Amino acid sequence: MLKDEDRIFTNLYGYQDFGLEAARKRGDWDNTKAILEKGPDAVIDEIKASGLRGRGGAGFPTGLKWSFMPKESDGKPTYLVVNADEGEPGTCKDREMMRHDPHKLVEGCLIAGFAMRASAAYIYIRGEFFVEANNLEAAVQQAYDACLIGPDACGSGYSFDVFVHRGAGAYICGEETALIESLEGKKGQPRLKPPFPAGVGVWGRPTTVNNVESIAVAPTIIRRGADWFAGLGRENNTGTKVFCISGHVEKPCNVEEEMSIPLRELIEIHAGGVRGGWDNLLAIIPGGSSVRMLPKSICDTVLMDFDSLSAEKSGLGTAAVIVMDKSTDLIRAIARLSQFYAHESCGQCTPCREGAGWMWRVMERLATGNADVSEIDMLLEVSTQIEGHTICALGDAAAWPIQGLMNHFRPMVEERIMDYKDKEPAAAQ
Amino acid sequence: MKRIPAPKDQQPDSFAFTAENIEKAQKIIAKYPPRRQASAVMPLLDMAQRQHQNWLPQAAMNMVAEMLEMPRIRVYEVATFYTMYNLAPVGQHFVQVCTTTPCWLRGSDDVVAACKNKLGIGLGETTGDGKFTVIEVECLGACVNAPMVQINDDYYEDLTAESTEALLDALSKGEKPKVGSQSGRHASEPIGGPTTLRAFMGDG
Repeated sequence: MLKDEDRIFTNLYGYQDFGLEAARKRGDWDNTKAILEKGPDAVIDEIKASGLRGRGGAGFPTGLKWSFMPKESDGKPTYLVVNADEGEPGTCKDREMMRHDPHKLVEGCLIAGFAMRASAAYIYIRGEFFVEANNLEAAVQQAYDACLIGPDACGSGYSFDVFVHRGAGAYICGEETALIESLEGKKGQPRLKPPFPAGVGVWGRPTTVNNVESIAVAPTIIRRGADWFAGLGRENNTGTKVFCISGHVEKPCNVEEEMSIPLRELIEIHAGGVRGGWDNLLAIIPGGSSVRMLPKSICDTVLMDFDSLSAEKSGLGTAAVIVMDKSTDLIRAIARLSQFYAHESCGQCTPCREGAGWMWRVMERLATGNADVSEIDMLLEVSTQIEGHTICALGDAAAWPIQGLMNHFRPMVEERIMDYKDKEPAAAQ
Repeated sequence: MKRIPAPKDQQPDSFAFTAENIEKAQKIIAKYPPRRQASAVMPLLDMAQRQHQNWLPQAAMNMVAEMLEMPRIRVYEVATFYTMYNLAPVGQHFVQVCTTTPCWLRGSDDVVAACKNKLGIGLGETTGDGKFTVIEVECLGACVNAPMVQINDDYYEDLTAESTEALLDALSKGEKPKVGSQSGRHASEPIGGPTTLRAFMGDG
């Protein structure tokens, strides 16, 4: 188990105040000027050496992403945009960081923004997080009042602003280019890439979009050194990670643990185990609703990191672990996710707009059993026609939960269809 | 819930920000670069909704369009795209029940049933006295504290059928129930106390 001294989010549970004074006692804003004096390239090199991979789902190396920003200024502003539009079902970590430890994020904005030579950060927080946005705004104001950010941030001579922008209820705005569109005051519909945001981002200027956690861990990584962070977890999967454990466990919770912790250990140490014991486990969605589920046999041994989960054709995603015990109607659980994606499709690309709704309707029939076995293959075929054929990954995300269900639990789906036919021979064709 | 704008007879003829909100609006617009004032459309629509019993009439959209020098259609697009803008009147207590899978696994069906039982209305409906509207929403991002509801700006978490009914009772009496976990949990730590960071449970 990770030692407390290696935990970054020491106020994750909010027992202490979120404000500046308490944050300073926890080590935030400790001689930030000295970090800035190292220079932007040294900060980027340190983050690269730490092996930090993006915490929002895709797992792209954070230091490398920062290095894509222009090194020479053309005299116009460039931006860091923080993706705090947390809405992936199962995920509730950024919320805790922002309401209980917001100074980690504000300081992270300064350091990351400085490293990528940005002039300002915009934190795009989901609209429903009202209390969280208030705490974050208060922390930003405290940082301005203490001259930690602003025209002469931490006395470094570097000018940097931080703004909080509230969303208004659209999951799609968690996609970086949809978020940029939304920040510009438009519908959140993703842009085609290229051009990538590092070339043409918000208001046409170079922009880097990072998840809350990726930015909030940066100050601690720089203070404690890349070697410390890289020494945790496995190679290529380094550091600590905040996991959200929900569903059928005795004690659902958020917890910061070492990357690559075995899934079973994570659940048994921190979440009180699966309801009714490990043998009562049916399946787990290990990285938020968009990744494919894993049956118990894989959960027994799988490690919670990017490479281990992608080797099982699933993914670490946002590290939101959704546990389902043997009482779960898995088909209905996935049908509900299909409803989610149908609801959240932005409507821009035909395969997703039409396909997500179609898949939901088929899933609803499969949940009751009112379908034909051949429709399972048709559903899978259609899911591959959606996956990879849309501007953003929402189409993929709508397809994967269904594929995960069929990969591992197809006999269960077929059995339900048979049962329905037995019970209602007249209704079944 | 179908998001249909209120019919004409419910739409006010005009809308204007209060003096205080005009001042706030100027501060919001100043957060964005010059000539990028359209970026303020979301916060301004939100402010208008807050000023207008938690729903957004078309007159307010028109006013925001004028203020930000945007074509009206661009503002309508935003107002209808984002689910937090209520296009028609809602109850004084706007109850949003999360029923997405993580909440459903922990019993959101019981929460929906408790709302129906207590208030006598189904999803998408408003009580006759205008006190409560109940709707079903997608993931609100409090999954380890499931099941949960959002009522106006506040999250109420770790619900059961009983605590949901108690919550609605309290609101109906005009009380201010405790926000957050209804099962006695502090935040998102494991129930019964954290397995980590015990040294940080004090004042620091």
